[in-house]
Amino acid sequence: MCSSLFISRVIEMCGIIGFIDKTRSKIDGSSIKAALSLMNERGSGDGAGYAAYGIYPEYADYYALHVFFDNLAEPKMKVDEILQQSGEIVHQEEIPTTPQPGIKKVHIPWRYFFKPSEDMMAERLASEKDVVTAIVMQVNANIKGATIFSSGKNMGVFKASGWPEDVANFYGIENYSGYIWLAHNRYPTNSPGWWGGAHPFNLLNWSVVHNGEITSYGTNQRYVEGYGYKCTLFTDTEVVAYLFDLLGRQHGLPHEMVVQAVAPPFWDEIDRMPENKSELYKAMRLTYGSALMNGPFAIVVGTDDGIVGFTDRIKLRPLVVGENGNRLYISSEEAAIRGLDPEVKNVYTPRAGEAIIGRFIE
Amino acid sequence: MTLGSVPPKFKVGIDRDQCMDCGRCIENCSYGVYRREGDKILIESRKCTACLRCVAMCPRDAITITEKPVDYRYHPVWTREVREDIINQARSGKIILSGMGNARNLPIIYDQLLLDACQVTNPSIDPLREPMELRTYLGKKPKKLQFRKTESGDVELETKLAPNLKLDTPIMIGHMSFGAISLNSHLSMAKAVKETGTYMGTGEGGLNEALYPYQDRLIVQVASGRFGVNIDYLERGAAIEIKIGQGAKPGIGGHLPGEKVDEAVSRTRMIPLGSDAISPAPHHDIYSIEDLVQLIRSLKEATEWKKPVFVKIAAVHNVAPIAAGIARSSADAVVIDGFRGGTGAAPKVFRDHVGIPIEVAIASVDQKLRDQGVRNEISIIASGGIRSSADLAKSIALGADAVYIGTAALVSLGCRVCGNCYRNLCPWGIATQQPELVNRIDPEMGAIQVANLIKGWTLELSELMGAAGINSIESLRGNRDRLRGYMLDEGTLKVLDVLPAGA
Repeated sequence: MCSSLFISRVIEMCGIIGFIDKTRSKIDGSSIKAALSLMNERGSGDGAGYAAYGIYPEYADYYALHVFFDNLAEPKMKVDEILQQSGEIVHQEEIPTTPQPGIKKVHIPWRYFFKPSEDMMAERLASEKDVVTAIVMQVNANIKGATIFSSGKNMGVFKASGWPEDVANFYGIENYSGYIWLAHNRYPTNSPGWWGGAHPFNLLNWSVVHNGEITSYGTNQRYVEGYGYKCTLFTDTEVVAYLFDLLGRQHGLPHEMVVQAVAPPFWDEIDRMPENKSELYKAMRLTYGSALMNGPFAIVVGTDDGIVGFTDRIKLRPLVVGENGNRLYISSEEAAIRGLDPEVKNVYTPRAGEAIIGRFIE
Repeated sequence: MTLGSVPPKFKVGIDRDQCMDCGRCIENCSYGVYRREGDKILIESRKCTACLRCVAMCPRDAITITEKPVDYRYHPVWTREVREDIINQARSGKIILSGMGNARNLPIIYDQLLLDACQVTNPSIDPLREPMELRTYLGKKPKKLQFRKTESGDVELETKLAPNLKLDTPIMIGHMSFGAISLNSHLSMAKAVKETGTYMGTGEGGLNEALYPYQDRLIVQVASGRFGVNIDYLERGAAIEIKIGQGAKPGIGGHLPGEKVDEAVSRTRMIPLGSDAISPAPHHDIYSIEDLVQLIRSLKEATEWKKPVFVKIAAVHNVAPIAAGIARSSADAVVIDGFRGGTGAAPKVFRDHVGIPIEVAIASVDQKLRDQGVRNEISIIASGGIRSSADLAKSIALGADAVYIGTAALVSLGCRVCGNCYRNLCPWGIATQQPELVNRIDPEMGAIQVANLIKGWTLELSELMGAAGINSIESLRGNRDRLRGYMLDEGTLKVLDVLPAGA
């Protein structure tokens, strides 16, 4: 629904995977594809997607804008115009795809490598990231037939409607190598065949895969819209990306604290904490009450400096963690982790609301 | 007298076979409907207000009250009410007084809003088995927090929080003054809010000594008459509320008929015995928003910035920008009182025709504050016609932080909404100062009744939230996605920002 009246949003269940190599040593997409397919009973063939970090080292200083175009005529002309007005496109191309019997190509995936010009920032917008965010909101809200679904640096999202293998083969996901991977197998309960509704959801370098339904969506949406974000993708997950951008980037909260804001401890626990800590958590709940996410969910967020996994406050959706040396795996199911890395050690299930953080070793 | 009498509103009957002639009806009716003549109880129906005190006290269910025993010729435009108001004014040449809230038969938006529940795709939460958080803080909240790292590497909070009121449930009792209602009513409600972890307003009638033990649960009011206001009064309250307007009579001041000003009321209000207490329409030191800002700051200075200050306004057409102006001051909460808000006495024309419904006022205020990025600066308290836990849940989903109830609390004390509050004859001992009537309320019992109401609504709110898969009140607040409008017009849906049922 978001800002427009009379359009309802999609709800869904799903299987998710998050992977990080803390030394930035890369793996290609083939094992992620295989692991995600292990959870096919959590999907329905209506959507799958991958996010990979570290895939565009030659354009590492440019924002990689992945766009779904309905056609390359008017929508693309308008996007080109906006981008040229606000900065420099150093390279653009259609994202290479291979036709798959299971995928009906309803959009043309395109990528731009873009840098906002400094003139734009001299106005009221403070940074490159603000300019890019504003462009994403403007395109997604106002340009019919164009959706920017990925806008980070040296990373990209690849998603479509279909089973995980088909989506992976469509994009040739094994040709990309990354040190962070997120993957998602979708079971939407409302099936518009809308590729933008598949996960991961992304804004700048925040990417989100999510299994669940956010019962507080209306509250969270009103909150982020108060800060200029526009919910346009007809699904509750996009609000998570905006919450992380708002709290993590604009308000400068550390990732652990962002998780504490969206999945805070109960008042009972806060009351029992030592005074300093109790005061801090009380302040968090008072200040960020509208960011609290309710309902069942398990989420993995990819960021500039690692990944964060967490569940809702009473853990109504599964989340399993595995570690092996510098590699951290987070998934809905242990089978997916073991499929990715048969040697995995220390497999455990985190507590409700606990933040599982994997950071690069610099 | 060319006008003659109008037909009686009610006809009272006694089933003489059932009646055991105990005389309880005579004792209980303060309006003088019943009297004994010889061995017979005579009835004067014209005096009846349908307060139902006699019916409630009759041990034999012998009394019947019929509405409109003699009616006017039906006419859809020239209703009975219209004709009688004209006849009354032809007699008196005066403003018609009325009590309680708006009595016109207008559609109630609350009744056309429907709540959501979970099925399959997300589990509902069972409040009997899982935590359910209703704790609510009222007051200013920072827009964002600043942290600093200590030497040991811990994160410490740098931002200082403004004082907030902590409520265990988002239901408070609104401002009804001592004078308008009795001391025993006040005591009952004060004990109840203390027990249920919430707050009540004193109204503009000052603070009677008997309420001092409950002062940390009282919000003291500063209204345009400044009755009972001194530094001692301000310091006793948990919070201070500036009353600009009231939903029952936006744009005009309070009105306490002299009949109700007995010695205790006169002392507490600091006004002469038996005098009408008419508060001026505006505060005589507030003629603009910046004057209000100064008053808020003065009250904060006087109480050393330790207490939250609320500002209460009536829901009028321009309520959203007014609230946004208030949010930019140092006020901690804005109270919006809808056009169905009750009163002890108001000109009927105001009660029934001025102001807008609370539902749309909450929606437009919440939206405006968010548009301007100041929603965290101020809490929204909604009041005026909140009748049930469903109204409460819908108010919060529209964007309110908490609600004030008034009439509902009085009904829990016995009030039957007869609407004669201004006559000092309330047979239930609520809207009266006559000692023999006031004594009909035992504050201990009254407190149990009021607390039961708050507890009952709190339980129902928990169940409604659990069914919607929400375990914390923050996630219901402003969550209009969980509301649907039923048979509401598109314009109203747009203001409410709510989808129609089925969408």
